[in-house]
Amino acid sequence: MHIADQISQYLLSGLSTGAIYALIGVGFAIIHNSTGIINFAQGEFVMLGGMLTLFFLTALKLPLLVSIILAIAVATLVGIAFERLAIRPMKNASPISLVIITIGGSILIRGIAMLIWGKDTHALPTFSGNDPIQLGEATILPQHLWIFAVTVIVIICSKLYFNYTISGKAMRACAYNSRAAGLVGIDVRRMVLFSFAISAAMGSMAGIIIAPLTMTSYDVGIMLGLKGFCAAIIGGMSSGLGTVFGGIILGVLESLGAGLLSSGYKDAIAFIILLIILLVRPQGLFKKGDTERV
Amino acid sequence: MLEVQGITQRFGGVTALEDVSFRVAEGAITGIIGPNGAGKTTLFNIVTGIYTPTGGTVHLQGKNVTRFAPERLATLGMVRTFQNIELFGKMTVLENVMVGLHTKGKSGILASSLRLPWQVAEERRMRERAFHWLEFTGITDLADTEAGNLPFGKGRLLETARAMALEPKVILMDEPAAGLNSRETLELARLIQKIRESGITVALVEHDMELVMDICDAIVVLNLGRKLAEGTPREIQENSEVISAYLGEG
Amino acid sequence: MMDKRSLLKHEAVKFIPFALLILALPMAFREGYLLNVFVFVGIHTLLAVALNLLLGYAGQISLGQAAFFGLGAYGSGILTATHGLNPWLAMVLVAAAVGVLAFLIGFPILKLKGHYLAMATLGFGIIVYIVFNEAVDVTGGPSGLSGIPNLAVGGITFDSDFKNYYLIWGITLLTILLSLNLVNSRIGRGLRAIHDSEVAARVMGVNVRLLKVQIFALSAVISSVAGSLYAYTMTFVSPTSFGFNFSVELVTMVIIGGLGSIYGSFLGAALLTLLPEFLRAFQDYDIVVYGFLLIFMTMYMPGGLVRGIPALVGRIAERIGIRKKVDA
Repeated sequence: MHIADQISQYLLSGLSTGAIYALIGVGFAIIHNSTGIINFAQGEFVMLGGMLTLFFLTALKLPLLVSIILAIAVATLVGIAFERLAIRPMKNASPISLVIITIGGSILIRGIAMLIWGKDTHALPTFSGNDPIQLGEATILPQHLWIFAVTVIVIICSKLYFNYTISGKAMRACAYNSRAAGLVGIDVRRMVLFSFAISAAMGSMAGIIIAPLTMTSYDVGIMLGLKGFCAAIIGGMSSGLGTVFGGIILGVLESLGAGLLSSGYKDAIAFIILLIILLVRPQGLFKKGDTERV
Repeated sequence: MLEVQGITQRFGGVTALEDVSFRVAEGAITGIIGPNGAGKTTLFNIVTGIYTPTGGTVHLQGKNVTRFAPERLATLGMVRTFQNIELFGKMTVLENVMVGLHTKGKSGILASSLRLPWQVAEERRMRERAFHWLEFTGITDLADTEAGNLPFGKGRLLETARAMALEPKVILMDEPAAGLNSRETLELARLIQKIRESGITVALVEHDMELVMDICDAIVVLNLGRKLAEGTPREIQENSEVISAYLGEG
Repeated sequence: MMDKRSLLKHEAVKFIPFALLILALPMAFREGYLLNVFVFVGIHTLLAVALNLLLGYAGQISLGQAAFFGLGAYGSGILTATHGLNPWLAMVLVAAAVGVLAFLIGFPILKLKGHYLAMATLGFGIIVYIVFNEAVDVTGGPSGLSGIPNLAVGGITFDSDFKNYYLIWGITLLTILLSLNLVNSRIGRGLRAIHDSEVAARVMGVNVRLLKVQIFALSAVISSVAGSLYAYTMTFVSPTSFGFNFSVELVTMVIIGGLGSIYGSFLGAALLTLLPEFLRAFQDYDIVVYGFLLIFMTMYMPGGLVRGIPALVGRIAERIGIRKKVDA
């Protein structure tokens, strides 16, 4: 029975990291769907979320909630600035140029974070204490509940936004066919800007809610970003449930792999899955056909 | 020479081509015409291996080449040009034509990096051959120009030279006169006839009716993804269905 | 019009002075610290040329080059330090194995394009990096692998910067020469054709898939040799030298120097290797500078320094020329 308890514990923690990957992955998908770009800087928004919250909280002594809101706002501004300064001027650039630009943006943001905040690892206080909650034989931290709650709310909000608001529908139109969207009067450039703003905000939220559990530093964005991308790839670059499932699958596999096989190779799991999916099912696990993107 | 049998192509729910069959006779110039959206370019993309058809077959000299990749078709003697000319923009005109000679050479990575004597000889032969095709199309003076800097009309000629360098059995030209002025179109017509005289079969998709009626030996008319008519230019001009397709609902 | 012979001369006109300059350089600072830095310029040039063949000529991105470099280094290190193999033999065996590996993974990976290719090669690079760290029994893990011998030939052991300089630059210059030959050949034209229009290249009969995989494997083999040379020079290797950051650094070198320019790769490698040595502060700011350079070069000087600087000089000269005309 001992092993079964352990497994349920791994499943729970896998679910919560999976939720984080899902949030980051949805950010990837939103930008990809409106621009065709894989934004290598996505992970840096995650890092900014955690680091900025910490900065407002400890350096400026602001209350937690205010710090969080400010952190999301600043990260979103960084996303907007990045789009305006580096993406928009490159309108007709080749995919390789765009890959290089977003990689450049990624290490530039990371580097600036390092200059400002140094190389140390920091812990963000949990939102509501550290008293574990008993769930059968497994325990769960209040922070895990925060993670689940925030993820569910964000995913529902984005679903509502894309399905029921004018600008959300316009963004879907751009994703489907940006030229046609432009012809019917949708301001495609603004939608691209929106997509960067939204995914920066989502990424930073992911970074904020995970920071109390995993610590944060200037370079956490690389791995979190890449795993978010992996979630999105499993989900077939969907900005909804596909990527959520992708994140959960990845989170649980990682957690089980780390617990039952080897913790050292934990990080490799995501990349092995990433390679397998890219090579065997580039349209993701849940979608049929449409291999356009390869 | 080229036989298209029952080609059908669906994209999702849209049928772009429905059961299209025709032959391109050896040594002739065959024109494929039709209103916009008739499926002409799709047909070319299928014949040249860029699209995989939903159904139907393509035979080249009696050999079933359906689903063959373009590079394989090239070695079998089929080559094409593109509506919006696909040149290698950052390479010189001469180098573009030398890429057309790719299949004529056999030097690989090792021979090329070591400049083995036979590779050097092969390279020299390729250059000479490339100049031959530049002369054939009359653009020798542009040999060292970067292809991306060519005016559109010269780009067409280069694309033709590059295709001819393969010494194909059949050349498919996708709207060769598109974007050309009337003088350039006239030159092109002469060039296409010159290609045919050198024993190469030509198939072309074209909008310029005057050009098509002028140089083609046979014409296939497509409309809304189906073959509407087939015949000599005179027969097509007198075909009432064709006339109504062009003038009527289109 | 340039016939074959004059084209050859054209290349020689650049290569011979370049090679002489490189070979004469140690005379300027015989055993100094700078000589050591220039040994690394050689290794980085080798890596940048290898990546440029793939990225600059064939237009296929790889964010996993550090993995091939690392496989070369660790492969040689393990075979010599742990198993006592002859270093030369180890270098050749490892390069062959890395070539075969790249060839095998190249077929599925190079079916991907653009962003997806970037992600897949990145994923491969990170997996290899994790193995370097975790396979402690074989690689020594994070603390590294030591006791790697120097190369030796006849009675000469390559144990000083001076000797290593000539060893590594000998191999690098040879690679540059062979690469120049390659890019000006049927194969080189095929690669550039893929870059400009893949569909047209296929229609011309270029076996695009095979050629991409071949150049990927070649690039991996050169990187592996660079790795072996690195291991024999340092006599110690540890995983940090072969991470994602180094792959990005290599891409930066190629972009700064100029995509599709062999000499540009040297320029990019030299700049990014020398800069940290001259600017002490650069060491703290390095990733900021790389990030800035990647964005700046891609946006404003996509041809890299080798094309950007002459263009800039030309533009300035033109402006001065115009002013003169106005004056007259």
